[in-house]
Amino acid sequence: MKGLRLTSQTLPSWVAVLLFVLMYAGGSIAYTGFFSGQVFLNLLIDNAFLLVVAIGMTFVILSGGIDLSVGSVVALTTMVLAWSVERAHLPPLLVIPLLLAGGALFGAAMGFVIQTFKIPAFIVTLAGMFLARGLCYLISIDSIAISDPLLTELSQARLPVGPFGEVSPGVVVAALVLAFAVWLAQGTSFGRAVYALGGNERSALLMGLAVARTRIAVYAVSGFCASLGGVLFGVYMLSGYGLHAQGLELDAIAAAVIGGALLTGGVGYVMGTLTGVLLLGVIQSLITFDGSLSSWWTRIAIGALLGLFCVLQRAFELAHRFRRTPAQQHTRAAA
Amino acid sequence: MTPGAGSITRPSLAGLTRSAQFWPVAVLLLLLATNGILNPNFFALSWREGHLYGAPVDILNRAAPLMAVALGMTVVIATRGIDISVGAVVAIAAAVAAALIGGKLSIVEGQQTYETLTSMPIALVAALGVAALCGLFNGVLVATVGIQPIIATLILMVAGRGIAQLVTGGQIITIYYKPYFFIGSGYLLGLPFSLWLVGGLLALMAWLKHRTALGLFIQASGGNPAAARLAGINARGLLLAVYAFCGFTAGLAGLMISSNVKSADGNNAGQLLELDAILAVTLGGTSLLGGRFSLRGSVLGALIIQTLTTSIYSLGVPPEINLVVKAVVVFAVCLVQSPEARAWLFRRRTIA
Repeated sequence: MKGLRLTSQTLPSWVAVLLFVLMYAGGSIAYTGFFSGQVFLNLLIDNAFLLVVAIGMTFVILSGGIDLSVGSVVALTTMVLAWSVERAHLPPLLVIPLLLAGGALFGAAMGFVIQTFKIPAFIVTLAGMFLARGLCYLISIDSIAISDPLLTELSQARLPVGPFGEVSPGVVVAALVLAFAVWLAQGTSFGRAVYALGGNERSALLMGLAVARTRIAVYAVSGFCASLGGVLFGVYMLSGYGLHAQGLELDAIAAAVIGGALLTGGVGYVMGTLTGVLLLGVIQSLITFDGSLSSWWTRIAIGALLGLFCVLQRAFELAHRFRRTPAQQHTRAAA
Repeated sequence: MTPGAGSITRPSLAGLTRSAQFWPVAVLLLLLATNGILNPNFFALSWREGHLYGAPVDILNRAAPLMAVALGMTVVIATRGIDISVGAVVAIAAAVAAALIGGKLSIVEGQQTYETLTSMPIALVAALGVAALCGLFNGVLVATVGIQPIIATLILMVAGRGIAQLVTGGQIITIYYKPYFFIGSGYLLGLPFSLWLVGGLLALMAWLKHRTALGLFIQASGGNPAAARLAGINARGLLLAVYAFCGFTAGLAGLMISSNVKSADGNNAGQLLELDAILAVTLGGTSLLGGRFSLRGSVLGALIIQTLTTSIYSLGVPPEINLVVKAVVVFAVCLVQSPEARAWLFRRRTIA
């Protein structure tokens, strides 16, 4: 693929891949049983919902925006799913499409406000975060357990993957979303418009791209991914709860950034986000396998990793700038 | 409407609504009036045990930590930055103070005496120092390494709670040393002590802003970084100082909060405070795009948020709705402040 060649822009993504391999190898040497196909597949099973949410976040970040509402939308989705299946006794196959449409609509509404009223995405999605989290508590303060036969079946179902082990249906959904998202970002005019919007909005507008439509669509994609992530999470946990997925937006942003996305927009890869999610997952697994490390080391490790990748990105960016022609350097210095 | 319709020489309603603090003041008055109508005793102040009692005093006291953080956040936002790590820094400062003070009540010769692990001034300086160092860390990432502020401070936001839990050993540390409680729940001259702290902070910052060139430097480097650099402003030093100061104010808030609840919880202290602080600054009329900033506005913004929270509790609205109401208010105030939204509404009205 042309987009994944080794350049100063893709180098951090490759460093993330390398780091993942190193950490996985290190874990395999340090802990017995870590080097098995099933442990790797468990990474996917435990983080399928995060991958889906982070993919939506990647599109928003590529467009130069941010979506803080995703964690709350995940929680709200689990809550509505649990409530409508358990309390209202609606069939899950009717509820889930409605939830996905609702998530996309919620995202589109935020995108509309950001685009039309020129209010920073940060503030609008923050309001969205409060709203979604608050709506959870309006439905129920307590956790609602899901005992619907179909959803329970889906939660426990395992599909064999050759000789390596087995995965949950959620992983299959996440893989399909990943494949679709890669195509959307790299192979469609929508993807190019997202990159252009994130690179330079004014230029995108002058080029005649549908900036307004693209921005609203980007937030709709993120809302859709968040609600799909919520369905996966609800099925994975078999419960709906207003306290689910707290701080998930941070993990999603971290995964995208570690995977090589620049928060200023216009730079990043959907595949990089997969690496980011796997890297976060492997840290969690290492700490679980170790057993002696307290849970808060996960947060510290993720923070340190995030810091490392930010400094790395910056260093490559500076090195890239340094290698330009003297004339370009001169204009840069004067700017 | 002609551009000069609301000029200073001819004060009109249109001119008034364009003043930076008009909307925050209007929203605050509206909230207070709603409270006053629904609860006739809302404004009743009484003098008991040598200090003022009443809902407004309570709101002021509870809003003090948010005001402190919002003031620090204001100058960061004025430099086109943002600091989303303040909630985590609050938790770290509270954890450090609680771990150092801890303390116990012991009876020595029939006398109750309070003991600390470390003497209180040292503990306070250590907590504030650690908080300022956290801010400085953000500043180095932003000013020296050159990472975008939101990402640079995201690092500490993610790691900070882990660090706070590391300090507290994953436990909620209870503080038994009574003199420490004065910071967050003591009274001086009839008013909450925390309010005096915030008042002092506001006075200091207002003095620096209006009586020294610092305010001008900050506004210049936020308004037009390139021009500010060409004018000889040391942008790097300024950013380091601004982020360190923001960390310091978060530390101050951490002391107030831990002193008020007499404990430090690494996981939950200052939860979502960064978002409330940013909201307070935005509600107060300071643009997230940097440049001109308003200290009074941020204090007003913090008051609006706390009044809203207190009203929700005191009016018997289920606390679960708190977040929904907050979302609606934030949205409404942002809409009202956005020129595009006003233009949009205006256009709709003329068509109709």
